[in-house]
Amino acid sequence: MSYLELLRLAAPETGIVLTALVVLTVDLTSMRGLGLRMRFLVGGLLTLAGCAAAVAWMLVLPVQAPALAGMFVVNPLTQIVKVCLLGLVMAAVLVSLEAGFTRHPAEFLALLLFSSVGMMVLVSAADLLLIFVALELVSLPLYVLAGFDKESRRAAEAALKYFLFGATAAAFLLFGMSLVYGVTGATGLTAIGGVLGGQGVEPLLMVAVGMLTVGFGFKLAVVPFHLWVPDTYQGAPPASAAFIASGSKLACFFIFAKIMLLAFGAERLTGSADARALGGGWVSLLALLAALSMVLGNLAALVQSSVKRLLGCSAVAHAGYLLLGVLAHDESALAAVVYYATTYGLATIGAFGVVDLVEKQAGNDRRQGWVGFSRRAPLAALAMMIFLFSLAGIPPLAGFFGKFYLFAAALKTGGGSGELLWLVVLAVLMSVVSFYYYLKVLKWIYLAPPVDDSAPVASGQPSRMAQCVLLVIALAVIALGCFPNLLVGPLHAAR
Amino acid sequence: MLAWTVYISFLGVLVLMLLPRGNAPAARWVALITAVAGLLVGGAGYAQFQPGKIQTVTRCSWVPALGLEYHLAADGVSLTLVLLTGLAALGGVLLSWNVEARTKEFFAFYFTLIGGVYGVFLSFDLFLLFVFYEIAIIPKYFLIALWGSTRREYGAMKLVLYSFFGSALVLIGLIALYVVAGARTMNVLELAQHPFPHGFQMWAFPLVFVGFAILAGLWPLHTWAPTGHVAAPTGASMLLAGVVMKLGAYGCLRVAMTLFPEGLEAWKTWVAALAVIGIVYGAMVALVQKDFKFVIGYSSVSHMGFVLLGLVTLNTIGLSGAVLQMFSHGIIAGLLFAVVGRMVYDRTHTRDLPALERLHLSRRMPFAAGTFVIAGMASMGLPGFSGFVAELQVIIGAWQAFPMLAVITGGGILIGVAYTWRALQKAFFGDAAEPAVAPGAEPAAAGDSASGQGLQVVSMPERLGAVLLIGASLLVGLYPQVLLRVIVPSFASPLFDWLRQGGSL
Repeated sequence: MSYLELLRLAAPETGIVLTALVVLTVDLTSMRGLGLRMRFLVGGLLTLAGCAAAVAWMLVLPVQAPALAGMFVVNPLTQIVKVCLLGLVMAAVLVSLEAGFTRHPAEFLALLLFSSVGMMVLVSAADLLLIFVALELVSLPLYVLAGFDKESRRAAEAALKYFLFGATAAAFLLFGMSLVYGVTGATGLTAIGGVLGGQGVEPLLMVAVGMLTVGFGFKLAVVPFHLWVPDTYQGAPPASAAFIASGSKLACFFIFAKIMLLAFGAERLTGSADARALGGGWVSLLALLAALSMVLGNLAALVQSSVKRLLGCSAVAHAGYLLLGVLAHDESALAAVVYYATTYGLATIGAFGVVDLVEKQAGNDRRQGWVGFSRRAPLAALAMMIFLFSLAGIPPLAGFFGKFYLFAAALKTGGGSGELLWLVVLAVLMSVVSFYYYLKVLKWIYLAPPVDDSAPVASGQPSRMAQCVLLVIALAVIALGCFPNLLVGPLHAAR
Repeated sequence: MLAWTVYISFLGVLVLMLLPRGNAPAARWVALITAVAGLLVGGAGYAQFQPGKIQTVTRCSWVPALGLEYHLAADGVSLTLVLLTGLAALGGVLLSWNVEARTKEFFAFYFTLIGGVYGVFLSFDLFLLFVFYEIAIIPKYFLIALWGSTRREYGAMKLVLYSFFGSALVLIGLIALYVVAGARTMNVLELAQHPFPHGFQMWAFPLVFVGFAILAGLWPLHTWAPTGHVAAPTGASMLLAGVVMKLGAYGCLRVAMTLFPEGLEAWKTWVAALAVIGIVYGAMVALVQKDFKFVIGYSSVSHMGFVLLGLVTLNTIGLSGAVLQMFSHGIIAGLLFAVVGRMVYDRTHTRDLPALERLHLSRRMPFAAGTFVIAGMASMGLPGFSGFVAELQVIIGAWQAFPMLAVITGGGILIGVAYTWRALQKAFFGDAAEPAVAPGAEPAAAGDSASGQGLQVVSMPERLGAVLLIGASLLVGLYPQVLLRVIVPSFASPLFDWLRQGGSL
């Protein structure tokens, strides 16, 4: 394989790297004299243009080939996931355009883009080594992004916590991968699956799968590895938190599901009874984690007074729902995971965007910051209603179809015998609980009477552009909900 | 054609949202036009309808990968309920004419609810049905919490959480039945032909039935209904009792009963028993209420018990009685709430029956008193009104299926007469002496400053709304064939194949 061919396959990634460099250079050379807002705007537009170009490239020129001896796979499915990823990146950039938390807009955007490149590589990776490298490429810029607000102590705390947890997770992950290599002598996912299909299960392999689960558990924010989530979401600048919650989740869930499907998939392990026991082992482990995440995430969110922490807890709960898709371990469940993670990411980015507006106006994301928000910013309030209802899974918004698709896929496992029925029941009942706390926030926005003593805290309207951006994201959430086929159709065709 | 009932309602919402803020009259007229247009479209659909057919309205692919379709259709049951929705919506708009605070938002939420309700009644794809069903839940919260009265936030939250819990049960059942039937289609006509395994039906039927029946006020999961009805503003209580509770009963019939006949066969006695408990319990609780609106709230629970009882009798007369009772209760409950919430409470600012007793409302508001007498008669089930035909059919059906329960139900009707009579007597024809105060002094009832001079006259929109609903009830009462001619043949459709094969229909 020639490098030219590799370049053609990895053109979108290359394009994003170039965009990051261009953003840095332009800001460094020609924008020193301009105001901060202008610099952010120009940098943001360049970023958007780069992402849009990459998306267009992938949509117009579909390619399909493995490269680097099967380490790097490009097929229609990965292309769609990358398009979704870049869509989330663009939404996150749009939301951050007005963020006034930093004096280094170009660095912020460039780090965002570098992390996105990591995610795109991660999606295409089909080899444990490349997966690990890509994960580190995703994580390192995210650690910096979490602490990007250098004047805030909370942001520093958030970044440190995120970094420490993330580094530990990486260690577990690497350990698990090396054990897998030790047992199977292979690093390619399909090769591992092939070797495991032929031989019996060793206890060492069980340990390895456990380690991988721990490592990914941190990235995916699954109970009991979720402790960093509320703190990081609360402390990090909202734009960073939005990106951490959306893009990295989609990419990590996709690759986790892929590893489980290709390397440890139950169908591939049907060769021996031992192998089935391994499948059963990780299935029940993940099922337990999913149940814990749904229950703890939702119950913890009930008592939060800060909306950012609430979104953090709900992220844990949503990770639990998404694990259902991983558990289903078949191809249509993978499509459901992608749909769910994308729409969840979109709604979360929007919600963080609104939180950012409120914080800037009222200096606070607790109750008193939200009181009267529907009168100060009716459009943003409407957008928040749409985001929260989508997260709660109310039709006709995207979150509802995502839940239906995911749960149906989970139930289909084993030809409708319904091994996962109890988890689906738990998930649906827990979403009733989640409805309560989302409605609580909306109650603050729409119903709570203005508090007299702190009346002048929040004044002034958010800028028109900020509201329009939010409305665009809200429209995307509605459109994906009313016409799920926009995403489901290509995903289905790409299987 | 009928699909336009849905579109018109959502168009109305859009227009209302685009209106300038603070222009209440424009919002009212837009609302009125939307409601009338919806009713007219429903009426036209009725005129074109051929009884016994399932008329496809719109059908196109929605999510082909999962076999979901955008499929609207109507049979006689749907059509009856679409007509009811049109009438209740129009009546509600007329009786909400005095909403001054955030008028356009009020009507925007109102018509989102209406659009969802029309959608549920017309959906023949279960996924679509569920989407509309949930769309109808959210506006209820805001209507009650923003424009309601007594303990409105509590009532609204309770109502919404109950509804959401019910729909969660339904959702589990729907996903399960979709997967069990091969995950190819959600079309209710195709699913009705699918033989679901017996074991599956045994747990899926109660799940889906109870999930829907929560919204229909099935005892003991009815407690959201009285608090919700009382807290809601008049227009919203009319819709809640008038059409939203029917969503639940309709779901029971359309989904749970047609798809899971074996489950139904096994569980029907339980459902019937709960329904009869609901009838008697609702009536007895209504008998001792001090709050006028709670009387009506509990009477709704009682009357919806007839619907559920009629459904599980599984004979044509009981089933058509149940559907007729849905229509009849929708009209009559709307009328009762209109009198209590709009005509009485908005003027006297009290719903306390002892306080009303001292106000001699029959002399001061003859129109309201007259309306309530008529509505009360209809509610008791006096011949000539729709309630009589409907409840009679249900009882005849129940007599064939569960003779013992039919007798108890008769007792429930007697209690129904008693509580209606008591409320009527106390609220309008109170003979308690007016407290001996000089004219102009503050009377006992809080906020009733105009007591000496008489209350504001009943306005034109109120009269129109009341006359509309009374007319509908009388028409169906005197000539039930007008609805029965479309309802009865619809039980012969392929949807009910399983029930017929069971020999029960």
